[in-house]
Amino acid sequence: MTRDLALHLAVILALAGLSMVLPPYHHTNTARILLLAVYAMGYNIAFGYTGLLSLGHALFFGAGMYATGLLTHHGGWSALAALPMGLLAGGALALAIGLLALRTAGVSFMIVTLMFAQAGYLTVMYFTSYTRGEEGFNLARASRVIGPLDLSQDSTRYAVALAIFGAALLGQLVLVRSRLGRVMVAMRENEDRSRMLGYDPFRVKLAALVLSGVYAGTAGAAYGVMFGYVGASFVATQFSILPLLWVLLGGAGTTLGPVLGVALMFYLIDIASSYTTAHLAVIGGALLVLVLFAPRGVLGAVRERWVRWLP
Amino acid sequence: MAAVILSARRLTRHFGGVKAVDGVDLDLHHGEIHALIGPNGAGKTTLVGLLSGRIAMQAGTIILGGEDISRLPAHARVARGIAYTFQITSIYARLSVFDNVALAVQRHSGDLRAGTLAALARVGLDHLADQRAGTLAYGHQRLLEIAMGLALRPRLLILDEPTQGLADAEIATFKTLVRGLVPAATVLLIEHNMDVVMDLAQNITVLNSGQVLATGTPAQIRANPAVQAAYLGG
Amino acid sequence: MISGPFLLLALMEGTVMAAVLALTAVGLSLVFGVMRVVNVAHGEFFMLGAVLAWFVAQAVPGPAWVAFLAALVLAPLIVAAMAALADWAVLKRLGYEPEATIVATIGLSYILQQAALSFFGPDARPIEAPFVWRIQFPWFGYSGYKIVVVVAAVAVLVAVWVLMNRSRAGLVMRATQIDRDTARAFGINVDRVYAMVFALGAGLAALAAVLLVPIQQAHYLMGHDPLLLSFIVVIIGGLGSIRGTLIAALVIGLSDGVISFFWSPTLAKILATLFVALVLVFRPQGLFGERT
Repeated sequence: MTRDLALHLAVILALAGLSMVLPPYHHTNTARILLLAVYAMGYNIAFGYTGLLSLGHALFFGAGMYATGLLTHHGGWSALAALPMGLLAGGALALAIGLLALRTAGVSFMIVTLMFAQAGYLTVMYFTSYTRGEEGFNLARASRVIGPLDLSQDSTRYAVALAIFGAALLGQLVLVRSRLGRVMVAMRENEDRSRMLGYDPFRVKLAALVLSGVYAGTAGAAYGVMFGYVGASFVATQFSILPLLWVLLGGAGTTLGPVLGVALMFYLIDIASSYTTAHLAVIGGALLVLVLFAPRGVLGAVRERWVRWLP
Repeated sequence: MAAVILSARRLTRHFGGVKAVDGVDLDLHHGEIHALIGPNGAGKTTLVGLLSGRIAMQAGTIILGGEDISRLPAHARVARGIAYTFQITSIYARLSVFDNVALAVQRHSGDLRAGTLAALARVGLDHLADQRAGTLAYGHQRLLEIAMGLALRPRLLILDEPTQGLADAEIATFKTLVRGLVPAATVLLIEHNMDVVMDLAQNITVLNSGQVLATGTPAQIRANPAVQAAYLGG
Repeated sequence: MISGPFLLLALMEGTVMAAVLALTAVGLSLVFGVMRVVNVAHGEFFMLGAVLAWFVAQAVPGPAWVAFLAALVLAPLIVAAMAALADWAVLKRLGYEPEATIVATIGLSYILQQAALSFFGPDARPIEAPFVWRIQFPWFGYSGYKIVVVVAAVAVLVAVWVLMNRSRAGLVMRATQIDRDTARAFGINVDRVYAMVFALGAGLAALAAVLLVPIQQAHYLMGHDPLLLSFIVVIIGGLGSIRGTLIAALVIGLSDGVISFFWSPTLAKILATLFVALVLVFRPQGLFGERT
């Protein structure tokens, strides 16, 4: 077993152990963090590894959440059948957006993704009769059961969230250690050179974006079912900015950076909220500080200074 | 003479009013080392840019091994066997030396680690595999660039001023390396160093102001009065 | 069928909208044109203009027009100063790297929004119009203040045009736009030009907002729509092209006024954002910009 794999399995095991000692409040928080980390990993695949700075990933998260949520809520689907639809919705939307947006690069790509996501948010607001707009809708407890697993129950939810997180984390490790992963990084580092090694930048970036969309869609679908709520705030612009913030904080282009970034930011806001209600300023301030003083994030710095082999 | 591997006809590219490449014909024969020379601004880099697909053509056709590749994008031409090494070293500075070459090696199936180390060994960089490419000495970066081109196992390798900035000893190594490539592959070499050109090339094409001034063997080119005028009187 | 007077009213509302939008969007366009950066906090500078106008109007005693005039002068100046500070403290340190600048201005926009929420509160607050004057048409009465807004916006836009094309400062800005390094070599203080342009852009947004407050009230979230609309205008007009920006502002302002009578505003916004995304993908020079 390589040290990469050992490290990642250790992280998953530690999180499993954590579930036995955490008090209920942190238990629920950690389940949230794990699913948001899946979303962040998806963002990391696009931004951290491939260099695609998207400002519209909430669209893919929302696609998963709404596909699954609407199918269970209005279509009467079971959670088991509806969850894969969320994953597909995230991937399919990423494919469609990618086919268009990847004709642009840099600043244009950022604005195009921002605009598509804005259109998605407005679409949710437009079909209020189904989505109930900002207010959102709750999923009935009965629709949140997969076989023997009642996802509204704390310990079950934690276990399922950890299972999804673990699969996503190991999947990400396999991806970045694969040939495709190496080419993704090559595109980020020097697109022109990569083209002259025979790689089609468009196809590589599209593949990365679709994988990223699948991660985001999975996270959205699971988050909706597990916490029983689907609402427009998960498609709003701010929810596209958050994964950028998490990934920058934890370390873009590191496999463990996303989960670290989500956890740090979650508790930073949690702690800050006991002193001030200004959580917008916390987000904004964190973004500024990271961009100005620590663009590599926590694990990026750790890798640069101490642990060169960190994936 | 061996079969023609690449045949270009009437290649044209103007930038505004500047006729960078203006109706150039070029034939490359299988297994030869063909040098492209000419004064600064003659259009050499633009011409190989057209061949490799980095620069879009305005007119002309390029046939590679019987297939018309004129409309193919750069990456598709690379996949068909044209490799290009950059004049200004273009490596992945933040990746390891190993990863730089692995990106080229993994285009082909086979053991990636062994293949990459073998490709590095050919240019004598295998002992630096784990180093970050941006920290290499300049001469080593040039060699890495060439190793990446070689690792693609191209039918046609285009080398754009490969010896620029290399020390004499490194140039000698480089010459041996290029001689070892033929006749399996064909080499198109842009080069300012006339010693290297005369030593390596079987055929030479001289460009001047975007047009072919002369083509021939080193002896013919040396004796050509038009070439002498362009270089000495120009 | 819509009647003539109805359409006339829609067109007049559209013109007011277009005037305010043009001021805001020209600010964004100037910043992009000269500095090559996208300022996501532009909407918050707009919002700050309105919010500060409210504070100034509260503080200044006397008749409504005095308070309003004071707000009209002070609020944009304060916002411009804040923008210059942001340029110096943040953007300059990033070397105006385009992607990092976007991320930083997103951060800045959250901070500004929070500041407005903390100090101004979550409520919408009105400012009294400087004067009450209704123009009576045969079919309806119309606010004279709105017409003054249009006239004022046009005057400011003309002033900006003169500044850019007829003054030394404008020459320096255009030189910097064309080639930053050459400008520096000719002894132009590029840092100061950038700070000035960033301040000017923000100041224009703030000015537009002050003109709008008597019609629309100040609110800490009011920056969203102007930002989105400015993006739409600047992109359709062609990034960095002032002329294109003006044309696009007119077209979009007018059509928005008219379209809203036919479609739900949400649907209109969905179509507009999709349209803008497609313009950026397929015609990056904008609909009215020249290909460069």
